[in-house]
Amino acid sequence: MSDAPALTALRCKDLLGIADLSAAEITLILDTAEAMKEVATRPIKKVPALRGKTVVNLFFEPSTRTRTSFEIAEKRLSADTLNIAIGSSSVVKGETLADTALNLEAMAPDMIVLRHSSSGAGHLLSRICRSGIINAGDGTHEHPTQALLDAFTIRERKGRLSGLKVAIIGDLQHSRVLRSNIQLLTKMGADVWVSGPPTLIPAGMRDFGVTATPNVDEAIDGADVIMLLRIQLERMEGAYFPSLREYFNVFGMTENRLRLARPDVMIMHPGPMNRGVEIASEVADGPYSVILEQVANGVAVRMAVLYLLAGGVDHEEAA
Amino acid sequence: MKKLLKGGRVVDPRNGLDGAFDVLIDGDRIARVGRDLPADGATVVEIPADLVICPGLIDMHVHLREPGQEHKETVATGTAAAVAGGFTAVACMPNTIPVNDSANVTTLILSKAAAAGLARVYPIGAVSKGSKGELLADIAELRQAGCVAISDDGHPVATALLMRRALEYAGMFDMPLIEHCEDPTLKGDGVAHEGFHASSLGLRGIPGAAEALGVERGVLLAELTGSRLHIAHMSARASIRGVRKGKEAGVRVTCEVAPHHFTLTDEALQSPTAYDTNTKMNPPLREAADRDAMLAGIADGTVDAIATDHAPHHYDEKQVEFDRAPFGIVGLETAVSLTFDRLLHTGLVRLPRIVELLSANPAHILKIPGGTLSEGAVADITILAPELKVRVHARSFRSRSKNTPFDGWELRGGVAATIVGGRTVFANAEAGLTTL
Repeated sequence: MSDAPALTALRCKDLLGIADLSAAEITLILDTAEAMKEVATRPIKKVPALRGKTVVNLFFEPSTRTRTSFEIAEKRLSADTLNIAIGSSSVVKGETLADTALNLEAMAPDMIVLRHSSSGAGHLLSRICRSGIINAGDGTHEHPTQALLDAFTIRERKGRLSGLKVAIIGDLQHSRVLRSNIQLLTKMGADVWVSGPPTLIPAGMRDFGVTATPNVDEAIDGADVIMLLRIQLERMEGAYFPSLREYFNVFGMTENRLRLARPDVMIMHPGPMNRGVEIASEVADGPYSVILEQVANGVAVRMAVLYLLAGGVDHEEAA
Repeated sequence: MKKLLKGGRVVDPRNGLDGAFDVLIDGDRIARVGRDLPADGATVVEIPADLVICPGLIDMHVHLREPGQEHKETVATGTAAAVAGGFTAVACMPNTIPVNDSANVTTLILSKAAAAGLARVYPIGAVSKGSKGELLADIAELRQAGCVAISDDGHPVATALLMRRALEYAGMFDMPLIEHCEDPTLKGDGVAHEGFHASSLGLRGIPGAAEALGVERGVLLAELTGSRLHIAHMSARASIRGVRKGKEAGVRVTCEVAPHHFTLTDEALQSPTAYDTNTKMNPPLREAADRDAMLAGIADGTVDAIATDHAPHHYDEKQVEFDRAPFGIVGLETAVSLTFDRLLHTGLVRLPRIVELLSANPAHILKIPGGTLSEGAVADITILAPELKVRVHARSFRSRSKNTPFDGWELRGGVAATIVGGRTVFANAEAGLTTL
């Protein structure tokens, strides 16, 4: 470890959401991730920190990016990993999540990384299982490792989170990335603005401690960071907005619009992107974009989370 | 066989009684209520002065699940839960499998109730065949078989036109239509009250307006037809407003509120246990302003009845992801304690009003026996223990299902005994009544 963190361990066996983390715990994870990032620069990208630990990646939703990122993180920590991908169709005809979890539990894994389409699925697992649970995205609730890797990326570039103006734009209603990010960023003292069509702004947004506005220009005015959220194409059918073309015209992030933000603004996107809907290609591929850095940092942050939760190994061994 | 209940505080709002009286029961009827009645050959039961003798409580909204879902509840287990909760009668909703849309199903339920011999059971028939919202059920046949009201509960009556026809048709028997108020498009696939807590948990919301739209529709159609409408399980402040306006305009509308809606708010979605599926019901737990509106409606008389919407579900049906869990909680065995704790001991209302809400008014709305201690009335009596300390213990429920968010709660007020047709069907040893 480079800097000695104020904390040396997390309080909980699970990472279900940013909601359960204190600012000090968030800092601990980000500091630990810095050390983990260094591993990727070595010729042999492997440390023995989780040797002998079993990690199950239990994915009930299709995912390439997150699952791959977790798997690489686990392998770099020398864990034994197992991928289980269960299509939602087999859930309908098959066993309950509780039964799936109990069956896995009987084989005594150390950690379960869960991706599921229902909000709170990780909470259910956590009540049933002794294994640690890492939420890799539950419905429209949280995606805590995404928010942590976003924070890591911002901190690495800007040196801090506190006092930054961060604008998050897109489908706020259906975004677990949004919920994790606003909790993390507000806990760390950032000034968070959110924007999107009023039909996609969740009820009670004011109580989250952020400023919500349908006026994108107002949200990004002087922003240090702009995060764009994916617009799912099927939302048009729910009459949330009239057309993708109109969405892009009113809310899309274009080079022209970017001039309102600070000159050193960072453009972030959790992926997968819809080019020409929430983000113009020139912006996605432009100089402000850190989208691929986010992906790279995802591995380091997930290594940190796995390491801190699977525990039982001192910091020297990991570094 | 005569029995004299001596001592205790008698509360019978229909007769304007509230004081120290004796109650003489002769067979299955109430023979006399008066001061210092002579024993005259009757078995004398001494009732401690801190207990309350009132007309038997009536829960006008329960789901007994039989026929079809006996793993959740049966008429026998449901009525056992009822009498343990102080209820001498319940009205059961028709969403059984098959739906209670025919005399056969009604008769089956009544025969099961007679065999159980606990609480009286008053079936509610379906508005439409199969509760599908297309054709009217055989309402006259249902009434003849013993149904006391009609409802497509679980869902609103499908269209305004069908509801109009049902109100007009049932109006010839002066039977109330009980409406589950909800605009299905606004409710959508929502699972929790639309607000901060659902938003932060990522749960799809149901706005209060979805319910209030149903209330407005119902009140307008009750006005149009002149028939009686009863609004089930109100939860939204705009619904209370709609009923209040309707009553002021002379529309024949009554309404009920469930104990969980005057006790809990949507904060329970997050704490003490996030995503506890025993906080999932329809209508959902709403925000504090809505809960407070329920309390205000209870205090000012807008609300006519407290009804539990007792909705048993098997534990493994509830041990699933929140959005996959069925809606509903059991309520029969916690209603009295919650009512005392939240309405009486807070000073919101006085005891006679509680007896109105839980007994006199439901009897009046459904036009069923009971709700009074008048001489000659059925001897359905509940003895209440307003000061009894109660700790809710779900595993001890008589109900076959234990799905309650109140497990472990400590509440002030409970049930001492339940008497149906002169027969003691429940006595609570903890309340100090042993000789009943």
